[in-house]
Amino acid sequence: MSRGAGGRRPPLPLALAAGAAVVLLLLPLAYLLIRVASGGGRAVDLLWDTGTLRLAGRTVLLVGGVVAATIAVSVPTAWLVTRTDLPGRRLWSAAAALPLVIPSYVAALCLLGLFGEKGLLQQALGIERLPDPTGYGGALAALTLSTYPYVFLLTRSALRDLDPGQEEAARSLGVGRAGVFVRVTLPSVRPAISLGALLVALYTLSDFGVVSLMRYDALTRAIYLHYRSLFDRTPAAVLSLVLVALTAVALVVERRVRTRGRVHRTSPGAARRAAPVPLGRWKVAALAWCAIVTGAFLALPAFVLGFWLERAIVDDRALELPWAQALSSLAASALAAAWAVAAAVPVAVLALRYPSRGSRTLERLSFAGNALPGLVIALSLVFFAARYAAPVYQTLALLVFAYVTRFFPQALSGVESALHRVDPRVEEAARGLGRGWLSTLVTVTVPLARSGFLAGGALVFLSAMKELPATLLLRPIGFETLATEIWTLTQVGAYSRAALPSLVLIAVSAPVLYLVFADRRPGAHGG
Amino acid sequence: MKIWMGLVALSAVVAIAAGCGGNSSQSGPLTVYSGREEELVKPLLEQFERTAGIKVDVRYGDSAELAATIAEEGGNSPADVFFAQDPGSLGAVEAQLAELPQATLDRVAERFRDSGGRWVGTSGRARVIAYNTDALGEEQVPDSVFDLTDPVWKGKIGIAPTNASFQAFVTAMRLSAGDEKTRQWLVDLKRNDPKTYEKNTPIVEAVAAGEIEIGLVNHYYLYLVKAERPDAPVANHFLAPGDPGALVSVAGVGVLATSDRQDDARKLVDFLLSDDGQRFYGESAEEAEYPLVAGIPARNGLPPLDRLEGPNVDLGSFGGELEKTLELLRRTGYLS
Repeated sequence: MSRGAGGRRPPLPLALAAGAAVVLLLLPLAYLLIRVASGGGRAVDLLWDTGTLRLAGRTVLLVGGVVAATIAVSVPTAWLVTRTDLPGRRLWSAAAALPLVIPSYVAALCLLGLFGEKGLLQQALGIERLPDPTGYGGALAALTLSTYPYVFLLTRSALRDLDPGQEEAARSLGVGRAGVFVRVTLPSVRPAISLGALLVALYTLSDFGVVSLMRYDALTRAIYLHYRSLFDRTPAAVLSLVLVALTAVALVVERRVRTRGRVHRTSPGAARRAAPVPLGRWKVAALAWCAIVTGAFLALPAFVLGFWLERAIVDDRALELPWAQALSSLAASALAAAWAVAAAVPVAVLALRYPSRGSRTLERLSFAGNALPGLVIALSLVFFAARYAAPVYQTLALLVFAYVTRFFPQALSGVESALHRVDPRVEEAARGLGRGWLSTLVTVTVPLARSGFLAGGALVFLSAMKELPATLLLRPIGFETLATEIWTLTQVGAYSRAALPSLVLIAVSAPVLYLVFADRRPGAHGG
Repeated sequence: MKIWMGLVALSAVVAIAAGCGGNSSQSGPLTVYSGREEELVKPLLEQFERTAGIKVDVRYGDSAELAATIAEEGGNSPADVFFAQDPGSLGAVEAQLAELPQATLDRVAERFRDSGGRWVGTSGRARVIAYNTDALGEEQVPDSVFDLTDPVWKGKIGIAPTNASFQAFVTAMRLSAGDEKTRQWLVDLKRNDPKTYEKNTPIVEAVAAGEIEIGLVNHYYLYLVKAERPDAPVANHFLAPGDPGALVSVAGVGVLATSDRQDDARKLVDFLLSDDGQRFYGESAEEAEYPLVAGIPARNGLPPLDRLEGPNVDLGSFGGELEKTLELLRRTGYLS
């Protein structure tokens, strides 16, 4: 039994709800174990095969690189737009979050279109050779480009909500600005950074589109290859379990980082805004940094897509605005967002308000399937649904369920980071005044944590909008999303026609991102 | 917050409604799993709907992924018909396919169908060397893939070792020239530093761009690239008869044994093999595969099918041979 809010026995309905959610999330893992078991002793040999170890090594190398690069890009940018007098902060802030709406496979296609041999850049500049955009570097660039907003958004909101009191106290004790940043600010936002890094790591582990386009041999690429060999599904299952093991490592590392000093705000509604740090002569450098970040991550893909679209218009290709597909994408993604948050609430409340070995294990278990590529999750749901849940098989319900399974940690991250900042003593006061746990949750906790819930839901929404492999196999027949439309066209190499649905995907996702994550609080542009 | 709860409530209602509607296959549309691209075959399937008066629901996807899906669905597969891009995917689910009537099978030559009668080819895809017409004259392009190990081609060849079409070609080489000779060829080719791509289309694009001079691909990708860039400097070279590189593989179709729509499913298969269904391949703008039924002309400019003499191999065995081919590709460093 632990201290503080813990030690109490959790209400049974809450524990049951969290347990049920996690059991459902573990279906892909169960499927893999069934497949490995049916493969017999061969599984063990495959695991120790040098090829497997090499793949795992290359995957770890990629994850490490992407995590480091996203942190290096995000943290300075987040600090500049929240805590300084940078001109146009709100604009930079919105622009820096925007790459989240660009699917990573589209980002990779754009990089290839731009830097590839005889690509746009080579044609424009007349240069004979550019650095090869494929391989490790290309995969690193495309994945960094499309995942750094996870770290950026979480860090930004942590910096914004940070109580300036501590920093001011440190300043008054004679610590310099840099010292305050390293010794006070950074440790306070460390949980946010590490949570964002975890989402980036999970995304990178499970990504197939980028490593395939960039021809980088990671575990997911090998898993797809094994599925293509068709007759024996054991090797793919073994490699998938290696991914699950890597997820476990990532979770342990993240937990170490996150729990070194936990921070609660004492008064969730009333904290002051920090006075902005004057940039002085650094202003130009800061502006240049923001311009490079948003330029590289936003303007370049937009430029390539615009070029392709223009070519399609000039060549008079059949172009139709994909309204029906956009509507399908919106509907499925909105449902996924709502259900993912609904499922995340009991798991998060149990883990944070009733901490025990059991509740923490449950929370960690909910991550088990999230490094798995979409194809594996899709096939596991095919396996279970076709056998035991035929009425929902190939219905929207199962597709939404697949999205929730794939993107659950994103909802959980939003809900948990919001609950972290709600002081448990406020809830205890409500309980002390005779409220039940459910009433406290609904009338006290949820309203205080609302923005975090919305943020978690929005992350799931944006990911579901871009999801492809599970959508292809599990959607109801004839249910076309923007992602499947892009796939259909790139299948036959019709890049110029694929530009339009890509731009529509970006255009319909962007407002959601803006509405939920925009820096709209009154203090935001004070200074 | 209200929106959020509203969505959860709404979706519960939708789920219940969907559950009541059900998707009983008895009276509903014919369900086709298609590994063939929607952009290419949709008009063909629509033509079947019109002429046969049978509604068709198509699930488009990757052939191998759809085969894996059918395998995982087992006896409960909602699919009635599997329309696949390669013999390997059809072979993988052979045990779940029903035997087709002899009259249906006899529409195409024996080399284009499963020897066990579980699936039949619907269109032919010839392996060719795509070459850059600015860099090379056709007479400079080798007539045999075995000549590609010559050092003059170092760094100039494009292949797609993870793609089903390349793997089918290697299987054909194994079955016709033997495992050892194939292994040696793969090792020698590797010394020429071939550039690897994920799929055929990017290879043809790379050839057109001059990034490489020749690429091992199927013949019809040329027309997809030309549709996007009509003036692209790239052409096909067909290889000498009997060479593994001259393999003619097929896209094909099979009927699921678990389907309760056997008659309608066979009507679709028969339509795909009918004169009308076959003429589609010669006349469609983007689809340039070979019709397999005798007497139906191929697209203008293609050499006639009966002059394409690939190696003497059984396409029906490709599914079962794939594992050994992949093992060989792995050992020679083409796959991870």
